[in-house]
Amino acid sequence: MVELTINNLQVKAEEGMTILEAAKSVGISVPTLCHLKDLVPSGACRICSVEVEGMRGLIPSCAYPVSEGMQVETNSPRVRRARKTIVELLVEDHPQDCLICVRNKNCELQDLSAVYGLREHRYHGESKEHSVDLSSPSMERDPAKCILCGRCVRVCNEIQKIGAIDFANRGFQSIVTTPYNKGLSQSDCILCGQCILVCPTAALRENSSMKAVSTALQSKTKYTIVQIAPAVRATLGEEYQMPLGTDVTGKLVTGLRRLGFKKVFDTNFAADLTIWEEANELVNRVKEGGSLPMFTSCCPGWVKYIETKAPELLAHVSSCKSPHEMEGAVLKTYYAKKLGINPKDVYVVSIMPCTVKKFEASRAELSEHTMPDVDAVLTTRELVRFFEVAGIDFEDLNDDKFDDPLGESTGAAAIFGASGGVMEAALRMAYHTLTGEHLDNLELNAIRGAGGIKEATIPIGGLNLNVAVVNGIGNIGPILDEIKAGTSKYHFIEVMSCPGGCINGGGQPIHQKTDKVLQRMKVLYDIDKKSVKRRSYENESIKTLYKEFFIEQGSHRAHEILHTSYHERKI
Amino acid sequence: MHQYIFDNYTKNDKSSLIPIMQEVQSVYGYLPEKVMKEVSGYVGLPLSRIYGVATFYNMFRLAPLGENIIKVCRGTACHVKNSANLLFAIENTLGIKAGETTKDRKFTIELVNCIGACSIAPVITVNDDYHGRITTKDIPSIIKKYSGKQKAAGIEKAEEAGTV
Amino acid sequence: MNTFLEKCCDECWHSKERPCDLFIRCASEGPLCHHNQSCRDKFIHLNNRMLYIEQDIPIIFIGMGTCGLASGAQKVEDAIRAEVEKLQIDVKIEATGCIGFCAREVIVDVKLPGEARVSYYEITPKIVSKLIQSTIIEKDIFTEKLLGAHEPHSKGIKLLNDDPFFKHQVKIVLKECGVINPVSIDAYIARGGFSAFDKALRRMKPEEVVREVLQSGLRGRGGAGFPTGRKWEMALKQKSAHKYMVCNADEGDPGAFMDRSVLESDPFRVVEGMLIAGYAIGASDGYIYCRAEYPLAIERLEKTINQCKEYSLLGDNILNSDFSFNLKIKKGAGAFVCGEETALIASIEGKRGMPKPRPPFPAIAGLFGMPTIINNVETLANVASIIGKGAEWFSGMGTEKSKGTKVFALSGKIRNTGLVEVPMGTTLNKVVFDIGGGIPGGKRFKAVQIGGPSGGCLPESVIETKVDYESLKDVGAMMGSGGFVVMDQDTCMVDLAKYFLTFIQNESCGKCVPCREGTKRMLEIIERIPTSYRFTKEKTDQLQRYKGMITLQRLASVIRDTSLCGLGQSAPNPVLSGLQYFRDEYEEHLYERKCSSGVCKELLVYTVDNSKCTGCGVCVRKCSDQAILGEKGHAHYIVEEKCIKCGMCFEACRFDAIVIN
Repeated sequence: MVELTINNLQVKAEEGMTILEAAKSVGISVPTLCHLKDLVPSGACRICSVEVEGMRGLIPSCAYPVSEGMQVETNSPRVRRARKTIVELLVEDHPQDCLICVRNKNCELQDLSAVYGLREHRYHGESKEHSVDLSSPSMERDPAKCILCGRCVRVCNEIQKIGAIDFANRGFQSIVTTPYNKGLSQSDCILCGQCILVCPTAALRENSSMKAVSTALQSKTKYTIVQIAPAVRATLGEEYQMPLGTDVTGKLVTGLRRLGFKKVFDTNFAADLTIWEEANELVNRVKEGGSLPMFTSCCPGWVKYIETKAPELLAHVSSCKSPHEMEGAVLKTYYAKKLGINPKDVYVVSIMPCTVKKFEASRAELSEHTMPDVDAVLTTRELVRFFEVAGIDFEDLNDDKFDDPLGESTGAAAIFGASGGVMEAALRMAYHTLTGEHLDNLELNAIRGAGGIKEATIPIGGLNLNVAVVNGIGNIGPILDEIKAGTSKYHFIEVMSCPGGCINGGGQPIHQKTDKVLQRMKVLYDIDKKSVKRRSYENESIKTLYKEFFIEQGSHRAHEILHTSYHERKI
Repeated sequence: MHQYIFDNYTKNDKSSLIPIMQEVQSVYGYLPEKVMKEVSGYVGLPLSRIYGVATFYNMFRLAPLGENIIKVCRGTACHVKNSANLLFAIENTLGIKAGETTKDRKFTIELVNCIGACSIAPVITVNDDYHGRITTKDIPSIIKKYSGKQKAAGIEKAEEAGTV
Repeated sequence: MNTFLEKCCDECWHSKERPCDLFIRCASEGPLCHHNQSCRDKFIHLNNRMLYIEQDIPIIFIGMGTCGLASGAQKVEDAIRAEVEKLQIDVKIEATGCIGFCAREVIVDVKLPGEARVSYYEITPKIVSKLIQSTIIEKDIFTEKLLGAHEPHSKGIKLLNDDPFFKHQVKIVLKECGVINPVSIDAYIARGGFSAFDKALRRMKPEEVVREVLQSGLRGRGGAGFPTGRKWEMALKQKSAHKYMVCNADEGDPGAFMDRSVLESDPFRVVEGMLIAGYAIGASDGYIYCRAEYPLAIERLEKTINQCKEYSLLGDNILNSDFSFNLKIKKGAGAFVCGEETALIASIEGKRGMPKPRPPFPAIAGLFGMPTIINNVETLANVASIIGKGAEWFSGMGTEKSKGTKVFALSGKIRNTGLVEVPMGTTLNKVVFDIGGGIPGGKRFKAVQIGGPSGGCLPESVIETKVDYESLKDVGAMMGSGGFVVMDQDTCMVDLAKYFLTFIQNESCGKCVPCREGTKRMLEIIERIPTSYRFTKEKTDQLQRYKGMITLQRLASVIRDTSLCGLGQSAPNPVLSGLQYFRDEYEEHLYERKCSSGVCKELLVYTVDNSKCTGCGVCVRKCSDQAILGEKGHAHYIVEEKCIKCGMCFEACRFDAIVIN
């Protein structure tokens, strides 16, 4: 322990702690921009500058360790002047369009400008001009709004280990961009949107589908159906200042009905359906000697990753469509027929925690005769904007229930939104398929939580099934290397691009300063726990669906409608 | 395809990126995107990173340059000895700005921070030749010397305009 | 024996494969492993030949540094070769580096057997035959271009060291520059080269080497002046399997060329410094990070390293000891900021050269995360002399806190441009007027810019300032790497501030906000000072101009306070020192809209002197904007609204009829 003074307060801090952390421990907050918890400080933004006695210049508190007897001032006139100037410099080189910006009221630069009381443009001059990168259906890049804090670059390179974007040029011309400035669609970006979650401004944002959805809702010919991903219900409340970990399923259903959707279904239904098909596929591969290990295919970011980086391993990926695509496909075939309407008039909107789902919905493989399985994808954040425009006071809504029959789901489907959830759900099913018995231990703690690679061995009948859960695409490297080398011991591997799974997806509410993953996960695990039915094979609607339509798992029709194919992508 | 360059470096040695890029540039005169993709695979770095490095350092070029590269030194000593006027005269003679290449690809004008030949300021270099203590009056003859038989379009124009 | 690597006889067992630990001492003292007078004589003869004491035929030395080559040294060499061929005379031609007197290049020395070496200046191919005729054929002095003799000459001609340019210099780093063949390891060894390294390796513990350097008071010559010994001590204390020794030869300061010249003229001295440093801190690998703009220096370094390897002075188990040191050259790719230590490390690691916050200091976690010492070329070039002659000898020179000498690169509006080495504490006055010979062309001294983009401009009022780290800082400049650019009345200080800020803006890595955005705004403020409303789109220009000046100081202090690295922290210096000493010039630009130096183009007014104009029309053709009107044969007229102040008419006019106001 070392003792130091911060603003005349005696502070005891652990050795190796930064000034920033020490200050925080006594309730003194210091603004940061480039700082990202758990990563080596970059010291780029200088907004966290503090005065340390005996030092010539100001010190970046995020990067500087405490030492015995240190005297720190975090709020001296000199510090305030420096911070204000830094904010002024950033603002001067930033579009002055807060009022029409997607991040209005949720922008760190705006906050700092307010805190430091900017009232005039003191440093009038040239500001950088860059065009917006609209090349991707998932995301937009607006380098003019970028303050070059580098958080996105670090998330992309150090956490996701993709490296789709990096700094280019230098000095005033610096820009965070894709290789050869060609746009996201021509990079190896998997569109996971983790960069959006850390972006302090609107330099990175989703490519909005609100207009298309709004048009469809107005249309007299369209039969609009909406479905909600499991993870959305665990996070949407955050946008309404509800406590972290509030389950808002019921309000969501009500809200969506008020928006005018004819039917409100649950992607969880399709999650159960996915398990039926995927577990069956796994069992077949194990029994008949197919490509093992088998990878899950729910995460479109992961699918894009393997198509780009390791196309030779595509045979290992389950051919199952992801849940919302399955739901869309069923809606446009089975359900449309049931209702007696032209599938072309069915307009399916998915509310997803995810940016890649927008790209996924546009994949040619996932549409039948130019009719996509899913017509539009809205992120959690876009839905909130929809509610706001529609004047829906979300907090005051009553709970409601999903429509039938594609609204029924089991607890196994709910946990799809947390890393390890798909695996758990599939194991519950596979166990039953292989042994005819129910898996008793329903909670596999080894594959829950925030670990990067989680693994377990499940004895099923005479077989010890080795499974792994890759929590965040940044952890995939060694797993792929093992498979390429032929040394992988696994049978089944779940991969989720976003650390924590969909509950931390790139389409989720942006809150920079909270540690939210585990609390969001808990919502889903609680839903599972409270469910009467916790195994996908117990879903009655799905049983009916097979009886009436697909006949059996892996049937020809199931293959046509519920399965897909992949292809190598070159950049 | 460029294995002969890579052979001198260990695979996945990230610190060899810049030397490899320097070698590629010495072969091609610039960094072709295709080759950079190969480099990306060999050194184990994403293409974005390579693009970042290529645009960070002054020496790297993403497009081919002219046959003759005129570097105008913009060091302090050259500056106080009016290198700005030299630059202006070269730009005028060739009809291009610094950083550009003439249409016939004969000349590229580049600025360089300091060649370190301050004692004979102002200095320009054409390819590997130094020209020190020169004035704007020397520019046309220097350019002529390198333009070969085929005259650079800029010069012809300059001649017409009577600036040579 | 023609090289020290050759055996004097079969009893000698030194070879590349089996290095002898006595090798370096043998070279100077004769064979130590066996007693044989004839072997001894062989060594003595070789040494003498290397020192040019013994020679059979005349030797012609040509200064072939970059400045020499740029002044035509290659052509001179070709001419000399042709001439001696024609005359059928036997001479040896030796290429040397730069003796420092760049203003007088091409410098050619002639040494006849048994006579002193004599230097001649400004030799061109045209006068080569005269030179050879008078010196070699007539064995006389070519008085027309005589610079001086290196040693007392039988004809009693003036000594080189009596020339004011050399008289006030004390040469440690530059001692052999321009004298020695830079790519001959034997020549270096014959002059006592590597004996300091040998001493360190054989007779001193690493701690002792560090202590010696610490006591010598040597401070980093790259700019900031951090005590070299303290740095080494930090790295020595680190327990690490791997440490790195890096030589910073990324001489980026515009107006500085000391490092280039040393690497071109005496590269072995730098390598020996690195060996000693590597031994002292326990590094097994070294890098020389050299600017790619210095191809000649790189070429000579490559030769140096290869020879050292051949002589077992680099590689594993150097001179049969436990010390191994491998040295590689890393070519820079052109980024000023890479002179900053952490940026340089990033660059060697193959990254964008962007600085990182410290701590951790490179001495603790640097290159590839290992303890790393980075020293500048000049610093390392001092090390061998310190170890060889002792800390006391070194600290006997200089001032209380700045010991030894400093090399400066004189350039700009000064008569004797070139490289000089003076003891710390020498006054600026002495450097400018005594050594530098003052301002040419009868112009008035205005300022000297010291320390490059981080330094400042010092006017006549502080010309008695001593050159040492503290004194220069006190007057608002800094030592920097040694750029010494002299300015006369024709230099505009506002323009110079603009120049430096443009430089900083171009070279800012873009990582931290104050440097990336702040220096841009500073530049814009300065740029507005000498602009005319006619050339800007903004109607609010006038207001912005004054507003900018008000915020300038505040902006400068924040940039200095908060920038990540030294480049940004010192970026405002040229402006601040300009405001401190040349406020009247800023005010003249601001209020009177005038630039007395005639540099700020937009403030100039071009008119035609009717009495002189002949109406020849040359200016009309030169004018790119049709701003000049007039009939052939009648005085012309310049339309001010159209004039872009390019000055082409002024230069074209043969009758001095264009007047600039």
